[in-house]
Amino acid sequence: MSRPRVEPLVWLMFSGGGVMAAVFLPVLVFMFAFAFPLEWISPPDHDHLSAVVGHPLTLLFLLGMFVVLLVHSAHRFRYTLYDGLQIKAKRTVAVLCYGTAAVGAITTVVVLLSAA
Amino acid sequence: MPSNPGSNPGSNSGSIRLQVTRYRPESDSEPRFQEYDVPLRKEWTVLDGLNHVKNEVDTTLSFRWSCRMGICGSCGMNVNGDPKLTCAAFLDDYAPGPIRVEPLANFPVVRDLVVDINDFMEKLPRVKPWIIRDDDALLDGDGEIDGEYLQTPEELDAYKQFSMCINCMLCYAACPVYGLDPEFMGPAAIALAERYDLDSRDHGARERLDVLIEHEGVWGCTFVGECTRVCPNHVDPAGAIQRYKVKAAKENVMAFLLPRGAR
Amino acid sequence: MSTPRATEVRVYNRPMSTWWWTRRRTYFVFVMRELSSIFVAWFVGFLLAFVYSVGRSEAAYQDFLDWAATPWVVVINVIAAAFLALHVVTWFSLTPQAMDVRIGGQKAPAAAIIASQYVGLAVVSAFVLWLVTR
Ligand code: SF4
Ligand code: FES
Repeated sequence: MSRPRVEPLVWLMFSGGGVMAAVFLPVLVFMFAFAFPLEWISPPDHDHLSAVVGHPLTLLFLLGMFVVLLVHSAHRFRYTLYDGLQIKAKRTVAVLCYGTAAVGAITTVVVLLSAA
Repeated sequence: MPSNPGSNPGSNSGSIRLQVTRYRPESDSEPRFQEYDVPLRKEWTVLDGLNHVKNEVDTTLSFRWSCRMGICGSCGMNVNGDPKLTCAAFLDDYAPGPIRVEPLANFPVVRDLVVDINDFMEKLPRVKPWIIRDDDALLDGDGEIDGEYLQTPEELDAYKQFSMCINCMLCYAACPVYGLDPEFMGPAAIALAERYDLDSRDHGARERLDVLIEHEGVWGCTFVGECTRVCPNHVDPAGAIQRYKVKAAKENVMAFLLPRGAR
Repeated sequence: MSTPRATEVRVYNRPMSTWWWTRRRTYFVFVMRELSSIFVAWFVGFLLAFVYSVGRSEAAYQDFLDWAATPWVVVINVIAAAFLALHVVTWFSLTPQAMDVRIGGQKAPAAAIIASQYVGLAVVSAFVLWLVTR
């Protein structure tokens, strides 16, 4: 009976993204949005960073993380529009939100490949 | 020393003003407020105040109540905007007033403080809130019921919290998702499904999941969490719904991995 | 009075205001929590810009750092970080309700689940910080 459905899968990605945003994002934001640009900590040199970022494991991890973060955002924002603004064009909202996330995911792949 | 609540409301420890929603479908096009002053007595609840009005001041006021002790679940109203059992909300806690008493939010108003609960009554049976078994373990040779299903205290403990629901619908009044989309199954119904799923005697989890995995089942819930906060019996419907999402997601992954056949 | 007995009940439906979420503190926090999604997406874009610049050249990386230090970017990042903090706190505090964690048959206390998530956050943060700055 139970045919596969999309809702549970999207919800799983939403939850995964929520965990990633809570556990991994804070330290990344602390370093790259504040500590390095504002020189609270002297920024690591380029060679070291490109070695860390360009490592296949890092790239794979970043790909997974960015994609679930994008799905997380899209999913949450979709329901914010339904509930908070009472937007009735539900299908359009869903297409726009997940569509944006999909474009973001493609961009992510392109950017990560360029850094490899 | 209480006695005759009708006499001289101002004398005892003063009075408090109730702003009560009135709506008479035969003459009013929309609800309005009417004010009543009722005696402010330490042991009086909002429901006692309404009964004072009904008995002594204005017999046309309509509202539901029965047990006056938080058991029957029929006296739910929005008190100063919060869904409350009025038999458990003390006037004193709202002093000096005024106290706004409105019909339970998110339900259509039938008259004054009485709301239409048909939608809820139709939803409850949809989650099959009864023990489902595929065997007839208790039937003897003649098809008569013989014996009982045993349960350990731990097994009872597993679902006890979810069995405390008194169907007061405060959680529905607190839920903006239900308010915006009445198709949503809603907190208490899903908590009740969880109550039977967790019951060791029950084998019906699959059937309930089939109902709740649908779009209007659990997916509309955005975990506002207000249902759990207003529940007078600490049922935690919000928790039950999230756990159903986890269950549905697991089930779905299984369905992907094993497209056909066995669990 | 002898006419048909079907009572037509004219119920009154109270529409929900667009501003329902401003009327109650918990609703307001809920909507703010949900709006954190926008800022999570912003940080994804921000970090992608970082990865892209590192992948290109040392100069591009320096340009990224300079751009990230411009006032308007810092202001956006401060706001976004506040929303991210709200996400972290609310996400962790809701987990015990969503998961029925049992240790040896006993229901794990909510406080323990919440605390262990913060420990996880600390460990991960320390590791990532070490990886990047070592
Ligand atoms: S779950 Fe709680 S608030 Fe909801 S109907 Fe049951 S007792 Fe009332
Ligand atoms: S009158 Fe029964 S619960 Fe309040």
